[in-house]
Amino acid sequence: MAAPFSWIRPEPHGIHITPADVWIDPSRAVDRALVTHGHADHARGGHGQTYATPATLAIMELRYNTREGATPVEYGETVRLRGGVDATYFPAGHVLGSAQILLEHAGERVVITGDYKRRADPTCPPFEVVPCDVFITEATFGLPVFTHPPIEDEMARLLMRLEAHPAACVLVGAYALGKAQRVIAELRAAGHTQPIYLHGAMEKMCRLYEDFGVDLGELRLVSDYDKDAMRGHIVVCPPSALNDRWSRRLPDPITAMASGWMRVRQRARQRNVELPLVISDHADWHELTRTIEEVDPYETWITHGREEALLRWHQLHQRRARALALVGYEDEDD
Amino acid sequence: MEGFAALLDALVYTRSRNEKLRLIAEYLRTTPDPDRGWALGALTDGLDFKAVKSSTIRALLKERVDPVLWSLSRDFVGDTAETASLLWPEPIGDAMPPPTVSEAVEALAGMTRVTVMSELPALLDRLDPAGRYALFKLATGGMRIGVSSRLAKLAFAQAFAVPVDEVEEYWHALEPPYAELFAWAADGAAPPDTANMPLFRPFMLAHPLEDTQVDLADYAAEWKWDGIRVQLVHVAGETRLYSRSGDDIGASFPEMVSALEIPALLDGELLVRGAHQGGEAGGAASFNALQQRLGRKTVSKTMLTESPAFVRLYDVLMLDGEDLRDLPWTQRRARLEALMPRLPESHFDLSQLVEARDFDHLAQIREGARDDAIEGLMLKRRDSLYVAGRKTGLWYKWKRDPLLVDCVLMYAQRGSGKRSSFYSDYTFGCWDGDPDAGADLLPVGKAYSGFTDAELKKLDKLVRQTTLNRFGPVREVERTLVFEVAFDSVHTSKRHKSGLAMRFPRIHRIRWDKPVHEADRIETLRTLIRD
Repeated sequence: MAAPFSWIRPEPHGIHITPADVWIDPSRAVDRALVTHGHADHARGGHGQTYATPATLAIMELRYNTREGATPVEYGETVRLRGGVDATYFPAGHVLGSAQILLEHAGERVVITGDYKRRADPTCPPFEVVPCDVFITEATFGLPVFTHPPIEDEMARLLMRLEAHPAACVLVGAYALGKAQRVIAELRAAGHTQPIYLHGAMEKMCRLYEDFGVDLGELRLVSDYDKDAMRGHIVVCPPSALNDRWSRRLPDPITAMASGWMRVRQRARQRNVELPLVISDHADWHELTRTIEEVDPYETWITHGREEALLRWHQLHQRRARALALVGYEDEDD
Repeated sequence: MEGFAALLDALVYTRSRNEKLRLIAEYLRTTPDPDRGWALGALTDGLDFKAVKSSTIRALLKERVDPVLWSLSRDFVGDTAETASLLWPEPIGDAMPPPTVSEAVEALAGMTRVTVMSELPALLDRLDPAGRYALFKLATGGMRIGVSSRLAKLAFAQAFAVPVDEVEEYWHALEPPYAELFAWAADGAAPPDTANMPLFRPFMLAHPLEDTQVDLADYAAEWKWDGIRVQLVHVAGETRLYSRSGDDIGASFPEMVSALEIPALLDGELLVRGAHQGGEAGGAASFNALQQRLGRKTVSKTMLTESPAFVRLYDVLMLDGEDLRDLPWTQRRARLEALMPRLPESHFDLSQLVEARDFDHLAQIREGARDDAIEGLMLKRRDSLYVAGRKTGLWYKWKRDPLLVDCVLMYAQRGSGKRSSFYSDYTFGCWDGDPDAGADLLPVGKAYSGFTDAELKKLDKLVRQTTLNRFGPVREVERTLVFEVAFDSVHTSKRHKSGLAMRFPRIHRIRWDKPVHEADRIETLRTLIRD
């Protein structure tokens, strides 16, 4: 009998499932890829065949302009791969279409989370706890200083600031896939019915979300309106546009950013953020550790982030864990 | 405490100076005594609690959080108070309501090195993360949130519509929580009696002369010495030496504190003995020599004998119990000259007036000033009273023409405030040898002023188009542009790779036309050093 879990191999460019010859979220083009979600550091273009949820495939099509090799997998659906490997997709609660992938082979169960969170998100179904032997997790916010506050509190602060400055606009920097739509949907949930203005780079992704049934209310493009129309309104742009020349066309923008990093004052100050909104699509420290306790795996593998601290936590709680040295995953502007 | 915590957070994230003033003023108006007074103390000079230090915070946290997780977190966050505020375990069960600022101050003041380990946690358990951050900042003094003491005082003046000069005048007589100050400003009580206290008084300052010409019948001229402006005060048996900012720097210059024994408040330039400024005998050393003595808590005997300090006097503000600030400069000057024989020659001399036939003649004299490493000239209206701050038309500083050197733009960084989206801070260098023979540029200085808004836009565009590398907020650019850089002087410095440091560098002209290999070399700059 082969050594336990020897059929799944972390390689520098992704996780390889040897009997099936498929890769999970590879950072370069391969013949067969299982993709957890649409963020660019997980979903790269050019694979021969891509197994992903319909939403993730749509996002990839939007980004890479091709559906070639697209193989949709629904949540809960099991795909039988070569070499006696079964892959089942479960919601990860990260962004629209995001999935954890359960791999079963020779009686062993391995879950790869991709990126995930445990908080409610109106734009995607919630994370499901899937029992397994090896739990392969991210650790983007794997430091005990990271506690994401309830999103309702952050929305309330945003709306309060907007109300206090009716002649200005609040410019919210938010990652173009996922964060932006979640912020908009949460604003709607908080009763904000005013039009929301978008940077041009966000339009298509918002339309895609709407096509998948996420109601974002009235959206307008900044480029279609003049300065004065935007006074007293919220404008959403990618984080890179916050301090860019682009923002000069806005009426006295108050710079906000929606990101888990905003928990740390200096991080916010470095980005010249005046209104930090602590909103993340990743699990915070408590979600990470709680999830590991609930999944209760034989061993945890950590893909990327602050793995040192999460390893230390495992040690303190007498749990088995190892860090995988994967390349290509980024600390996105989340 | 919630109000103070909210104020700190708002200040941390606010770039606009006016908005900061507004936030502080609003807080001071709406917060009751003595909370607002403690907060004002924390924002200005900082409160001091002997039992609470940064090491106390670390020790407390290490009792509650795994030391490895603490260190990893501290490294990532980069600020002990903030890390601790985030890592503090949330209390179990119903917490007591948050303490008020004065409750917290009272508790902190009563703590000892022993009791702090149980009493500080009890306070922390009553606060949320922002409140804990504010408590740590309050307890350990240094705020580091981008608010200067002056800004806080301006905000105070703005909050109660009182003159900031008067706030400054009384400030140094009072202590947190500044009850008398609030009573005066907010409730119209009589101002504090400050006559018999060795206090710092706000300096009278000068405007740059620029293109103005003055009539020497109305204005007296004197040298502007290159030391630091100080105030020396002796009253009721106590002597204090104050810097421009009102800091007591007596500990660094004990020989000056013991040199004044008559009741007086003197304004002058603190210098150390040397041959650079004002001739061989009785002259002063360069600013660099003085700098060696600044900021020292104790002074060695060698320093006292090798670089003794003295004050070159400009003005007398008070003498023998009489306030002279309401007299015209001519009369004060006469009083000062008459005073000189009563002061020890070893520690005081008089800043001599510069006699000139007319303005042109004065200009000629000023041109010759470079060799003496003098900063320039001061022009004082003969009938000017001594008023705090800069009042137009009374005093002018007429600095000698700056030195100029051609440098090449190397790095650019985004500015702040209204320049936040522009690359407006420039680092430039000179050639370390012959550029045509492969010499490289070494950075020699950084400037962020001296150009118009239109030029800024053009520079911003150039930076974006010629970026080679990005290091966080900094962009390295292709070497394509020459700046004519103006500066007051240049000194040796171990901190920079070029071994040079400029004083007050600013962009004089942008040489869009000049090829970069024609920019100046380090060696040219080196010949201008006067240490």
